[in-house]
Amino acid sequence: MTRLSRLLVGTAALLLALLYVLPLWHVRLVAPQYPEGLGMHIHIASVQGATETDLNNINNLNHYIGMQRIESDAIPELKIMPWLVGALVAGGLLVAAVAKRRMLYAWTGGFAVLGVAGLVDFWRWEYDYGHNLDLEAAIIKIPGMSYQPPLIGSKQLLNFTATSWPASGGIAAGLAFALGVVAVVLTVRARRAERSPCIPAPAAPTMPTADPLFARTA
Amino acid sequence: MTTPKHLRTLLLGAATCAAAGLAFYACSATTGGANLASGDAASKVYVPPGQYDQYYAFLSGGYNGQIGVYGLPSGRLLKFVSVFSQNPETGWGYNEETKPMLQTSFGSIPWDDTHHPELSQTDGVPDGRWLFINANNTPRVARVDLTTFETTEILQIPNSAGGHASPFTTPDTKYIVSATRFSVPMHNADVAISSYKQNFKGTVSFIRADQPGRMDIAFQILMPGYNYDLGHAGKGPSDGWFFFTTYNTEQAYEKLELNASQNDKDFMAAVNYRAAEQCIAQGKGKSVPADYFHNVVDEKSHQARSERKTSVTTLDPTACPGVVYFLPTPKSPHGVDVDPSGEYMVAGGKLATVIPVHSFTKMQKAIADKAFDGEEYGIPVLKYGATIAGEVQKPGLGPLHTEFDGKGNAYTSMFISSEIVKWKLGTWEVLDRMPVYYSVGHLMIPGGDSKKPWGQYVLSLNKITKDRYLPTGPELSQSAQLIDISGNKMKMLLDFPTIGEPHYAQALPAELIRNKQVKFYRLAENSHPSVVKAESEGGITRSGKRVDIKMAAIRSHFAPDNLEGVQLGDTVYFHVTNIEQDWDIVHGFAVQGAENAELIMAPGATRTLKWVPKATGVYPFYCTDFCSALHQEMQGYVRVSPAGSNVALMANVSRKAQAQMASAAANRKDDSHEQHKPAGKER
Repeated sequence: MTRLSRLLVGTAALLLALLYVLPLWHVRLVAPQYPEGLGMHIHIASVQGATETDLNNINNLNHYIGMQRIESDAIPELKIMPWLVGALVAGGLLVAAVAKRRMLYAWTGGFAVLGVAGLVDFWRWEYDYGHNLDLEAAIIKIPGMSYQPPLIGSKQLLNFTATSWPASGGIAAGLAFALGVVAVVLTVRARRAERSPCIPAPAAPTMPTADPLFARTA
Repeated sequence: MTTPKHLRTLLLGAATCAAAGLAFYACSATTGGANLASGDAASKVYVPPGQYDQYYAFLSGGYNGQIGVYGLPSGRLLKFVSVFSQNPETGWGYNEETKPMLQTSFGSIPWDDTHHPELSQTDGVPDGRWLFINANNTPRVARVDLTTFETTEILQIPNSAGGHASPFTTPDTKYIVSATRFSVPMHNADVAISSYKQNFKGTVSFIRADQPGRMDIAFQILMPGYNYDLGHAGKGPSDGWFFFTTYNTEQAYEKLELNASQNDKDFMAAVNYRAAEQCIAQGKGKSVPADYFHNVVDEKSHQARSERKTSVTTLDPTACPGVVYFLPTPKSPHGVDVDPSGEYMVAGGKLATVIPVHSFTKMQKAIADKAFDGEEYGIPVLKYGATIAGEVQKPGLGPLHTEFDGKGNAYTSMFISSEIVKWKLGTWEVLDRMPVYYSVGHLMIPGGDSKKPWGQYVLSLNKITKDRYLPTGPELSQSAQLIDISGNKMKMLLDFPTIGEPHYAQALPAELIRNKQVKFYRLAENSHPSVVKAESEGGITRSGKRVDIKMAAIRSHFAPDNLEGVQLGDTVYFHVTNIEQDWDIVHGFAVQGAENAELIMAPGATRTLKWVPKATGVYPFYCTDFCSALHQEMQGYVRVSPAGSNVALMANVSRKAQAQMASAAANRKDDSHEQHKPAGKER
């Protein structure tokens, strides 16, 4: 592992530690009657309203469609996630400290698996909230309508436009993962260079020259 | 050939036609002439949908007893603030929480007459904390909190009648004042009206106002039995002084119209309130019995409580020389307005042919030089020539009030000639005139009575509207007219009818209060004794003939919504809490046959309606404020059975309440379970 790779992994681990403070994901709901919007921040250990009353107000509105109340206590993953993130942070720091190539690969791979699993799990919860409605309590029933918010992007749910994006912590985590990948690439390259010192590293590919026509219209 | 008779008829006919034509022409010419709005006026007052006005303007509601809040320059009505009059629309003065606000030593009074809104100030500039307003009929002053636009405090003024010169503030809002317009015998004494000169007194009250919830009369200065009309505090060099106009120095007690208009000059009273404070501190004041009320809304419980007060400190100015001086001022002066620099005191001598302006510097010198012209009731009268800085010649007819633009100009309202006159401080020359429609009383420049006016507009507050709007029978609205004063010439921009009679008004830039608005009351902080903070806390209880129903209101239901066990002869109290914590989600509550009004509950607030059913039956109640898509379903029933019936007390339980109860029970189980776990576990 190069010095740079170690630095990158160490930084990645510290970035991941930000998840204890910063929200992972953000869901925003805007409707004609809610120009100021309602928002939800998903942290690794809790679901919180963007303001102290937002989550309760979202839940109150959701009673019209029979949606279950969104409450941190009802989502067991929120109890596990801080440990998983903690393990990733510790692992990253360990990799940076001991500088073992294979550990780096394992760490980055583990990170990728956990990330994908997390997104799948998030989608699954969204699916559950959106489809598993208490139709007996629901006041507004539209045949075939589901209320699953998007994982990423915008979707119209009755009068609300729901928009979902990674929040600051999510971006930090993405960045951490990218740093991990770069560390892996650098490590792999350095290893190749070590094994075949005679072959010069390929020149960086040059950008294709811009099409003058395109340049004009752009 | 036509006979002379025919000719006469013809001529008469032609003349009639011509006269009619002329009249028609004249008529349309008048209307056209009265449309003085300049070409680009529309764009100057147009606030596009979704955008905000520049200024909040607070216009007194006059004999509706309330306050109208408007946006300027659009003139759009934003809110009607209930103050001294019951308001069935909001339940103000009808619900149990606010009834104490209208309590006085005369009992509960459902109405009054508001005249002068006054913004609190810091260093002589409106600061957007509070708005004060006076009640003219049963003298009181009120505080309106500008984070909620709700009246939070009302103080009655004893030994006073006609609380007109009120509630003008000192530059630091330490005091607001209230002077009696009608002199009266002190302590409600029963005396012959003809003993006016011996027994009738005026009072000038200084009310401590800088501590919300704790307004109190610091002291009352006993004044000769004149009529005290209006007042304004000094500022800058004249800080520490307060100026009041007087009329009826003739001390007439009948046919005042004539008898109080005899003297060429009445007085402006200059009161050195810092000197008065010192005299009080030296023990020269006298605590006398008095009977008055102080009513305050508790911030957390939303309930008002009344306190009866039994004494007030009075100060006889003859026992404290240097506290009051009289400045002769022509003639039956109405307003007294102090310019932004604090040097000039402009009097609106409503029967005078000039606008007299007193100089504070000259007044100080006259006092030092003892340039007295005798004294009245032991109060020195300064020589007219010794205090006058100048007179505005031929200003128009009936000058009443003056406001300032902060650029060296003054604007005076002319009631009789129905115009606003712009003139220059120092040279006293008239610069411009603007006809207003009709009979302007006060006028208002945002901050125009303060140290730093925002001199962009003047608002003319008119008493008579005659032909200005589509006619609505014999009673027409009063009006306000917005005039642009940013240039050399005044430009008429807008004309709008007002809700109630706007005597005076105040305005300030919107950004001073816009961003500190309360959006809802925190339910967690609601300390109302009958609050419910969750649907499961609702219910019905009986105590003798009194039945209390606690109810939650939340989109789109009441919990509980079915009630039984009420009996004829019971007095029922519905305590309804809006448990929403969301902006502008207001619920109402009305029950058939209630002899008072509805309830309107702001989010997080509790309101109580008293209901005495008069017959057995089942009565619906419902939400009156269209709150949500299922608002029409937001209703319930209360059953009233005969006295002595064995129908049990019953309040049904909502689905959500059931869930809450189940979860609470589970938590209790958890908790008791957890007590057996080893200590040290963090949750």
